[in-house]
Amino acid sequence: MKTFFYIFFAVFAAFTTSSTGETADQIVNKANLASYYQGNDGRASVSMVITDSQGRERTREFIILRMDVEDGKDQKFYVYFHEPADVRKMVYMVWKHVGKDDDRWLYLPAMDLVNRIAAGDKRSSFAGSNFVYEDVSGRGVEEDIHEVTDTTDKHYKIRNTPKDKQNVEFLYYDVWIDKSNFLPVKAEYYDKQGDKYRTVEALEIETIQGHPTVIKSKVTDLNTGGNTVSNFSGIKYEVGLKDDIFTERYLKRAPRQYLK
Amino acid sequence: MKNIILLPAIISCFLSVYSLSEEAEPQKNVFEALKEKIPVHGFIEYGYGSRITRDDTQNHDTLYNEARLRLDYNHAWDNVEVQFKGDAVYDGFQGEALFDWRETYALVLPADWTEAKLGRQILTWGTGDYLFINDMFPKDWISFFIGRDDEYLKAPSNSVKLSFFPDIFDINMVWTPKFTPDEYVTGQRLSYYNPLTQELSGSRNQIYAEDPKGDIENGEFALRIYKNIKGYEFAGYAYKGFFKRPEGFNTRLWKNYFPKLAVYGGSVRGNVFGGIGNAEFGYYDSIEDRKGDNPLIENSSARGLLGYTREIVKDFSAGIQWYFEYMKNYDEYDETYLNEPAQKDRFRQLLTLRLTRYAMMQNLIVSLFTFYSPTDNDAYLRPSVTYKYNDHLSFSVGGNIFLKKYDHTFFGQLEDNTNIYIRARYSF
Repeated sequence: MKTFFYIFFAVFAAFTTSSTGETADQIVNKANLASYYQGNDGRASVSMVITDSQGRERTREFIILRMDVEDGKDQKFYVYFHEPADVRKMVYMVWKHVGKDDDRWLYLPAMDLVNRIAAGDKRSSFAGSNFVYEDVSGRGVEEDIHEVTDTTDKHYKIRNTPKDKQNVEFLYYDVWIDKSNFLPVKAEYYDKQGDKYRTVEALEIETIQGHPTVIKSKVTDLNTGGNTVSNFSGIKYEVGLKDDIFTERYLKRAPRQYLK
Repeated sequence: MKNIILLPAIISCFLSVYSLSEEAEPQKNVFEALKEKIPVHGFIEYGYGSRITRDDTQNHDTLYNEARLRLDYNHAWDNVEVQFKGDAVYDGFQGEALFDWRETYALVLPADWTEAKLGRQILTWGTGDYLFINDMFPKDWISFFIGRDDEYLKAPSNSVKLSFFPDIFDINMVWTPKFTPDEYVTGQRLSYYNPLTQELSGSRNQIYAEDPKGDIENGEFALRIYKNIKGYEFAGYAYKGFFKRPEGFNTRLWKNYFPKLAVYGGSVRGNVFGGIGNAEFGYYDSIEDRKGDNPLIENSSARGLLGYTREIVKDFSAGIQWYFEYMKNYDEYDETYLNEPAQKDRFRQLLTLRLTRYAMMQNLIVSLFTFYSPTDNDAYLRPSVTYKYNDHLSFSVGGNIFLKKYDHTFFGQLEDNTNIYIRARYSF
């Protein structure tokens, strides 16, 4: 029965073409490449401000390095924390896989300890912010069924419904994708009761080395009233990161030349 | 000497902070301003812990009462980095001030394929969670049992670590010229079971163990070969040195001592069934008692563990481990060991369970770690709650609860040391 619905949705999605003739899947694939796979690699300094419902602020500062193993497929991420003080020098590393569980590591410098983290909790908070792990490394496009629900002059509106409802907290989410550069500019998440509870917005976009890039984004939790704003700076593509940066060696000994 | 160099730097920093505060930056506190001047980080911490029951072998119930100022500084040139990390401590239990050097090392990066770390450093490898088979680097069990932060379980050693990175695997070699034992229970702060007197002993009957002579051949060597194959981490290990706790008794000196030990082992870790699985094995070669017929020296043994960790529901994870020690030449031990009630099992086993719950945007962490030995009939529970009030200030409360059936078992002997603690830390 379940399988039948998948096939039904897949066929439905494939035939729901946009005004320019692109299918939902094609649009989503382009958006995925535009937001997570620009260049062969990249680095950025990220400053997050987490504001709770009472207006109290917390900050996170980290450097993120990213390397594509294959465009649209596997990637490696290296996240080095500067702030807050209690997580300083911690490193979070991901080998993202399409179609199977990611490999994830956390390095705790005070104990010289390399820990593995179970892949399951991709929808939990990233570093105590309103972003989830999946917002940082991207959600596998094959995990959702995509339909174009609206097309305007500027945007495609895509509805994304998870194939496996057990592992996510949302019923579906809508994404507005900019037609000119295929960057997702807004996402709205709906909970199992069908109520909107979470938004993600791209607040500022800048073209860096020819790649339109989100340099400021915001997540708002409509249930708690909290939000997180991320500012990206020092963005660089085609850094020339080698595969061995994303190994245990550099978890234990930060590659300083890329973290300045 | 290093203190003398650091002192003017610290004073000048405070002075410049003072001058800064006269300018128009009222919201910056002293630490933020200090950090901009020179990149010194650290924390100020106060912790207090006490037994919850009366221990007849000890004079007082307080186990932990100390203030710490952590200073952490590093500097990097192109191929060399230096790191200083240490705590100025006032230890109210001992009634003394001391400086606890955690790290003082130079990292040398001569070529792409090799690195060297020289000096006082914290070292860790292996896959166990609070269980160590091939990690023979020093542990501070006192810190662990009285409620200091987890990081203090790993004690520093003055070592040379050489690493080589040929394409096929990573090689790490650690030489510790002077044997560095664990900080083990001696009776001074925590009471223990004394097999000689066959009773629980405390501050009036402490263990004074004889260290190996400081000769160059009495250093420790540790080796690891590591390879990551598609996310599965394989490692092989070797160690030559001494038991890290005084598992031998010298009748001539009438003192405990550290018998010679070699360890050989391996481990694997990776994704299994939506979680993380790990397996580790080690053979402990008790060089001075290979036949196992000397009851005053720990026998050789095979040790292993299997572990599995996964998220149960969002923000709630669980990890289980099964651990064993299988004593070699048990019959010889059985025949020669005279203190029958305290006799060990041939096949000692431990089960551990770690439960961790994150709440309030990960600012509240509730955790319970349990050791339970079905063969020793004892248990050790480590409940803790940590609340991060803001990016700087955090509070922790927790306990170290020991349960026993017999006096002599590993955790059971510590029952009278059952304690609760609180800690407050300001990080900068």
